[in-house]
Amino acid sequence: MKVEMRIDGEAAVADVDRPGESLLSTLRDRLGLYGTKNACEQGECGSCTVLLDGDPVCSCLVATAQCEGREVKTVVGAVPRPVRDAFIACGAVQCGFCTPGLLVSVADLLAREGDPRDPVIREALAGNLCRCTGYEKIIDAVHAAAEAMADEAHRAPARSRAAGSTEETP
Amino acid sequence: MPEPANPTGPAPAMTPTPPTRAAGGVGTPPLGTGGVGSSPARPDAEAKVNGAFDYASDLSFPGMLWGHTLRSPHPRARIRSIDTTAAQAIPGVEAVLTAADVPGKLHYGLIEDDQPVLSLGEVNYQGEPVAIVAAGSLDVARRAAELIEVDYELLEPRCDPEDALEAGSFFRYQPVRLGDPDAQVPAAVVAREYVVGMQDQAPLGPESGAAVPTADGGVELYVATQWVHSDLEQIAPCLGLEPDRIHIAIAGIGGAFGAREDLSVQVHMAMLALATGRPVKMMYDRAESFVGHVHRHPARMRYEHAADADGKLLYVKARIVLDGGAYASTTEAVVGNAASLAVGPYEVEHVSVDAWGARTNNPPCGAMRGFGGVQTCFAYESQMDALAEALGLSPVEFRRRNAVAQGSKLITGQIVDAYDPERADDGRPFSPLADMLGRFKEIPVPAVPAGRDIVDLPGGTGNTTHGEGVRRGVGYGVGLKNVCYSEGFDDYSTASVRVERVDGQTVAFVHTAAAEVGQGHWSLQAQIARTELGVDRVELLPNDTKAGSAGSSSASRQSYMTGGAVKAACEAVRELLRDRDLADGPVEATRVFRHRETKPMDPVTGQGESHVQLALCVHRATVDVDIELGLVKVVDLTCVQDVGKIMNPAALEGQIHGGTAQGLGLAVMEEMITEQGRVRNASFTDYLIPTILDMPPMRLRIVENADPEAPYGLRGAGEPPTLSSTPAIVAAIRDATGLALTQIPVRPEHLTAHLGRQP
Ligand code: FES
Ligand code: FES
Repeated sequence: MKVEMRIDGEAAVADVDRPGESLLSTLRDRLGLYGTKNACEQGECGSCTVLLDGDPVCSCLVATAQCEGREVKTVVGAVPRPVRDAFIACGAVQCGFCTPGLLVSVADLLAREGDPRDPVIREALAGNLCRCTGYEKIIDAVHAAAEAMADEAHRAPARSRAAGSTEETP
Repeated sequence: MPEPANPTGPAPAMTPTPPTRAAGGVGTPPLGTGGVGSSPARPDAEAKVNGAFDYASDLSFPGMLWGHTLRSPHPRARIRSIDTTAAQAIPGVEAVLTAADVPGKLHYGLIEDDQPVLSLGEVNYQGEPVAIVAAGSLDVARRAAELIEVDYELLEPRCDPEDALEAGSFFRYQPVRLGDPDAQVPAAVVAREYVVGMQDQAPLGPESGAAVPTADGGVELYVATQWVHSDLEQIAPCLGLEPDRIHIAIAGIGGAFGAREDLSVQVHMAMLALATGRPVKMMYDRAESFVGHVHRHPARMRYEHAADADGKLLYVKARIVLDGGAYASTTEAVVGNAASLAVGPYEVEHVSVDAWGARTNNPPCGAMRGFGGVQTCFAYESQMDALAEALGLSPVEFRRRNAVAQGSKLITGQIVDAYDPERADDGRPFSPLADMLGRFKEIPVPAVPAGRDIVDLPGGTGNTTHGEGVRRGVGYGVGLKNVCYSEGFDDYSTASVRVERVDGQTVAFVHTAAAEVGQGHWSLQAQIARTELGVDRVELLPNDTKAGSAGSSSASRQSYMTGGAVKAACEAVRELLRDRDLADGPVEATRVFRHRETKPMDPVTGQGESHVQLALCVHRATVDVDIELGLVKVVDLTCVQDVGKIMNPAALEGQIHGGTAQGLGLAVMEEMITEQGRVRNASFTDYLIPTILDMPPMRLRIVENADPEAPYGLRGAGEPPTLSSTPAIVAAIRDATGLALTQIPVRPEHLTAHLGRQP
């Protein structure tokens, strides 16, 4: 059975021969896209989180057969640069095995809520296990990313106005 | 010295089998600037945030097969026969191997060679490997394994460690004797029995790796391991190969915490690769991972603490029984730590400690962060609280009165000597612990907020309370952990450093075999090279057996040991550069770094300078407990840790946070449950580790009491917080509930049983 999807903006076809094959297995074992991690295959750890038509899902719990014509975004395509930078700058990455899933969850959170408070962050990331960091620096990173994205949002319209305005260009 | 990793990984020994991407993701990332004391971006950070970092489970080779392990479902049985005919017959199956196919030595082990490569007629724990399969896909390999017919004759497993001791079945007995406890006349005595459950390291990255046969009949391994040279020493005899025919490179590691000290996939995948002539990958799923590595020893400990009327400890008696499970692993060394650290960082002149590591048919236990220091820490800290209460002293004051100081003796006779002898406290020798305890005064316990959101209460979004029945408690915990290997072990690390001009830039190349398990050791090596050599650009070469041994990434030792080796190699390069010019070619030096010699513990008295360095950590926990439902919410964890020297603030804080979290897990949720030797909860559904909702904000005060013998004065930092957070949290729960709580993890039913309605 052929399943056509868009993965991180590119058209992809997976030739799935097992009826229950998970999206996680298709991404990793069939398409060689190893960015999404497998730490439990039971929907318990969040390492395999991707966006499916914009919604965060555990890709180990989604059957590839359900993904015909749908849009999949992984850590490669779902995460704004400021979120990645904030994780690096805040020391939110240790072994990094949880990181791809966390980054996708954070990207989703910040798309919904520009400046989330701690309880909102904790609620949103409760499905992503991390064994290394104790989560403290992950929360720091979410705040730092929110701030950087707010700054960027403020600057971006100004830049585009300037670029589009002949009057302001000397 | 080998060349730096190129984007396609190490040059393969036979034609077309390079890893598709660099194993372990070691490449040539820009490191930015940052020497010792700063927090530069990790060399692996960019690859880890864009999904490109290759973990051992991400390896792929052309023509690769998948390996799978058949494990015993029984904790103890005799194998009458194994029939692999049906498994061999499945299309796609390339090899089915049993003990009869092991090419060399039949056993391996970290300290004692007692673990069969594949079961030899008798299985001794549930999950013991019996046969291995290689096939074109993991599905086929699994299906084939199911078709292997093993005829088991079931035997009665021995699961109670006390029964084992009675039968003389134990890995080590270590007593400590000091003074004469029985001759003392105490003002207060507290005697209690403590129970610690079996904890799992639960690194998120599963056990995995790949083996690639080479043209000369050897094999290359890419594997997530904590100590590549110890792996090589164990693997080579089992494969019947000379060590120089085996090359092992560390593949990207998704956390370790002790779970990757013992071999897992190594010999099995190498056997399959040699038998099939093709690359073989193995990767455990979570359920297999839970039985595929050793765990933290569960413990039963009976402690008796006595004090005089002045609030000074008079004597401590302890009987410590650790369950080592079916095979030796590192139990011997864990028992040594449990015995030598049995009373913690307190002065006491009369001691009688008996520590055992029992051999049973339970899952094998070995290394986990804290390594024998965790179990006793829960017991002695609980005892210190109970005795303080009996004496009418505050927990902090009682600890302060008994804290070891410069020149004090530990119960092994080891002198506490790694602190500034000139420093004094009111004319008394400097006590780092008393100083650390005093610092909590500067950090107030958080106030109970006025209008609390229900998500901040125990039960959280379960909406179980609006605050009625919720009590707050505060507790302290102190941990003392040895850093580096102890008891006379020849502990060393090796580093090579080469400096050369590349494209008009001076570049330092650093080569070690030290495992980056997530702790940030790559950053640290680069920082040291920058500081010592004054260069900006540092390239880290792949961590492999081409370098000399770096020892294990465990015992909080890599900053001290491999940090020390990199520093020494840099110093040697600097020396060479005094009368050499880089324009004339590269300059290189290799150095082996050893810490001061330690002594074995006396087998009868336990006396001996068995440790090289000791590190202290203190936690204060604040909890809210719903005393009607038995639900606990940890509200705050404040930590004061002595690290000697802050090498990398961000990485250090990350270690303290993460170590604290694992201690919280043991305090209130983490336990591998076994019933008659069978593991009942081998999944993240049933074995809970802390989520972001379970963790409170953490406040840190980092103290730098330099150790004059250690590189830069540093003290190992990864383990101590794992010791102290557990007793602090349990003490806080006791403070909130008034219950004795002698068992961890503390479960809701422990908190509600006294209410008379069983859950
Ligand atoms: S791998 Fe999907 S939730 Fe763990
Ligand atoms: S960084 Fe290791 S699991 Fe999160």
